[in-house]
Amino acid sequence: MRTSTIPHNLHNLHNLPKGTMAGVDIRHLSKRFGDLHAVNNVDLSIREGEFLVLLGPSGCGKTTLLRMIAGLERPTAGEILIGGERVDDAPPRARGIAMVFQSYALYPHRTVSQNIAFPLEASRMPRAMIAQKVRWAAEMFDIVRYLDRYPRQLSGGERQRVALCRALVRDPKVFLLDEPLANLDAKLRNTARDELKRFQRQIKTTTVYVTHDQVEALGLGDRIAVMDGGKVRQIGTPQEVYEEPVDTFVATFVGQPPMNLLAARDPALPPGTLLGFRPEHFLPRDHFAAGEPLRTFGFAVRRVEYLGSDRYVYGTVSDDVIDEATVIAKLPATVGTTIPEGERLEFAVPQAALRYFDGATGARRP
Amino acid sequence: MIARRSWADREDVLGAAMLAPALAYVLLLVGVPFVLAIALSFSNAAAGSLSFGWVGAQNYAAILADPIFLRSLRNTAIVTVGSQVLVVVLATAAAQVFRVAFRGKRFARFVLLLPWAVPVSLAAIAWTWIFDSTFSVVNWTLKTAGLLHGWLYWLGDPGLALVAIIIVQAWRIFPFATVIVLAGLSSIPQEVVEAAIVDGAGFWRRLFRIELPLLLPVVAVAVLFGVVYTATDLGVVYILTGGGPANTTQVLPTLAFQRGIQGSDLGQGAAIAVFLLPFLVVVAVAMLRLARHTEVGAK
Amino acid sequence: MKRVALYAAALGFIAFAGFPFYWMLLTAFKQNRDLYVGAFDTQHVPWIFNDPPTLEHLRLLFGQTDFLSWVWNTLVVVVAVVVITVAVAVPAGYSLARLSGRWGESLGMGIFFTYLIPPTLLFIPFARLVSLLGLQDSLGALILIYPTMTIPFCTWLVMGFLRSVPWEIEEQAMIDGYSRLAVILKVAPRLIVPGILTVVVFTFTLVMQEFVYALTFISSVDKMTVSLGVPIALVRGDVYHWGALMAAALVTSIPLAIVYNLFIDRFIQGFTMGAVKG
Repeated sequence: MRTSTIPHNLHNLHNLPKGTMAGVDIRHLSKRFGDLHAVNNVDLSIREGEFLVLLGPSGCGKTTLLRMIAGLERPTAGEILIGGERVDDAPPRARGIAMVFQSYALYPHRTVSQNIAFPLEASRMPRAMIAQKVRWAAEMFDIVRYLDRYPRQLSGGERQRVALCRALVRDPKVFLLDEPLANLDAKLRNTARDELKRFQRQIKTTTVYVTHDQVEALGLGDRIAVMDGGKVRQIGTPQEVYEEPVDTFVATFVGQPPMNLLAARDPALPPGTLLGFRPEHFLPRDHFAAGEPLRTFGFAVRRVEYLGSDRYVYGTVSDDVIDEATVIAKLPATVGTTIPEGERLEFAVPQAALRYFDGATGARRP
Repeated sequence: MIARRSWADREDVLGAAMLAPALAYVLLLVGVPFVLAIALSFSNAAAGSLSFGWVGAQNYAAILADPIFLRSLRNTAIVTVGSQVLVVVLATAAAQVFRVAFRGKRFARFVLLLPWAVPVSLAAIAWTWIFDSTFSVVNWTLKTAGLLHGWLYWLGDPGLALVAIIIVQAWRIFPFATVIVLAGLSSIPQEVVEAAIVDGAGFWRRLFRIELPLLLPVVAVAVLFGVVYTATDLGVVYILTGGGPANTTQVLPTLAFQRGIQGSDLGQGAAIAVFLLPFLVVVAVAMLRLARHTEVGAK
Repeated sequence: MKRVALYAAALGFIAFAGFPFYWMLLTAFKQNRDLYVGAFDTQHVPWIFNDPPTLEHLRLLFGQTDFLSWVWNTLVVVVAVVVITVAVAVPAGYSLARLSGRWGESLGMGIFFTYLIPPTLLFIPFARLVSLLGLQDSLGALILIYPTMTIPFCTWLVMGFLRSVPWEIEEQAMIDGYSRLAVILKVAPRLIVPGILTVVVFTFTLVMQEFVYALTFISSVDKMTVSLGVPIALVRGDVYHWGALMAAALVTSIPLAIVYNLFIDRFIQGFTMGAVKG
């Protein structure tokens, strides 16, 4: 199957009507399966027109939360409001939402145009109007030529566009997406991400997006809610979540490679403090300008990985730490210093880039 | 020294050797008799001796002129179609009921499967007793409920007997069809059903627009097997009515048995049985089509 | 409200499927004077025991009929046919699934389709064949002919079963030093035991249920199988002894139903050509 060519300009976008918008409010929401708290007392406010990403590892509750907003799961406790109205008792069709599933869930026995038409048929729209709307939606995503094909004849990228089409065609107040890029090839994912974001910017519909891929989250979200164990650990812009993580979980989950954490042995710091710094801030000492406030480390280089645009340097630090710790440095190609394996070099981190965490609770210390 | 490939590694030899007995059995004891059956239909072979003489299309001419044969052909069609329609309705309805978890479901499933598990002949004899002219418990129940004012001579009346046969065939087959439909229902991807819910479809729209169309291949398989089991069945009719009264409920298998085995006219028996082939060819072609469709197709 | 409707419907289906068996049960244990009351008598309720139940029908069945010989005959045929089927169909299924490449699938399907050729067509030429071999009126005829029904379907069952067993285990054994033949003889059997079990059970139920060939080839009452003898030969003079008849039907049906129920999912997989997971 040939991969779809993704148009670089969706030129029809400026013809889009601004979608009806509604914010989503989640209050004290919980979902229990027996003893398991899949979602544990979550409070979340999603602004109108916002693109909010629910990010977390498998089992953190993000998909369950999404499904409760959709109405596919009933909450054990708490409330959900869409556009200011409580929807806990409303079935999915009455909530004004649309959903794109991870597998796209296209109806295999219906053509693309019949797939897109299905939600309109369910709302008993007159036939002529349905045909018109289907055409309009298909033009927007540039899939008019596929209208008479069946899902099995389409590539992953094409199916995704059909799924988006079907979701959009009912003019929903809230878009819900469950890891829609997970089934695409890596190469396709970047362009698909770009398309998705530009599309959402144009129609400005409130969007809730679930993913476990932190790169995707950082790239797409206006705000990111990082979840673990049924709770929201931190909610903020990509920059806030990346640069000012609120605990060690967020610090190590967001960012590739993860933030380095050392158990510091420093009389100036409270006992049990963890020192954190990101690999890209851990550079050879003489790379920094004189006078810049730094913290230096003796870095025993074990192995260097050449990855094209970056070099990852794996090694250990043993000064001023309680246990010898493995540390990763990320050197961009622009830093050309030779890093011989097996040698001990002087590396440093700018003081401003250091983050301090409580070793026992994981919480961030200011 | 590296060991050489011995015959114990020759996959083609081993494969052929393991397949050979089955292939031989099927070819010799199914393939050859099948051809022989057709050949016999053009002969005047008799069961007592080993005689074999070609008589061309004489047997066919004879049976096509025979009203009993024509009636049996008609009956076969009526029973097959009638019972399968009943089976499809019953099975799809029963599947909707049994897909939900409820207390005692295991036991219910066991009872539901009894008609299918029981040997045909034993079920048939039980139903003969149930439909007995004097002692029919069905008649008693209908009469007591006020639904029956005359009397139903189930197995003595040509029309009623055919109805009785259809009931028994449907009773026998619908559990099997139900289980197949249930399995089909569970193979519909959860997300597709949920997408339909989110898209706004209620229970009935989902059932008719999404679930049943996706179930079609599975239902078709159940129907095809049902057609084979009903059209080619001898036991139910033989035991229930023996083809009577007066040959009015003969079906192709029972007539073939009566003329060919009991009457020792192998030629005529074969000719009658040959008329089962169109049913089976249609079924085989339909199944092939379905198999191709499910492999290449819907994801 | 929906719940009530659901239970009512479930009850309806169960009643339809099950009442003949309940009726069998009643008939088998009812005294004759409770049994042979005309159905036009609406005062007498046939659905319950109006007189205490009796074992006389069972005694008649086991003591004064050939029922036990029929059970024995059936057992002999079952064992023989199971052995033949397992010996022939299992290697064939393995060969088609593992050793035959692309045409294996089509050949397997071809073999499966022979299952659709009905006994009520083949019994005519078989009649000729049986008399040629001098096997008329003997269990040998059944032992020879029943595998024509079981082998096609069971080959297909084994093929389908092997599709779900990972190939890698056998490949690993070959890397570890076994020859292909050794893998077949030593490693494969343990993997396909459930498949073999299904074949055994299917063959067992098929033989127990078969009627047409038995009717065609067996005429002596003492050589009959249960499936044939009960409806045909449990007649004294012109009289059906319904009590004994239903007792026989019941005694045969229950174990068969239990066995069948345990394996129903596997059968469904076979029937739908693996397109549907049971």
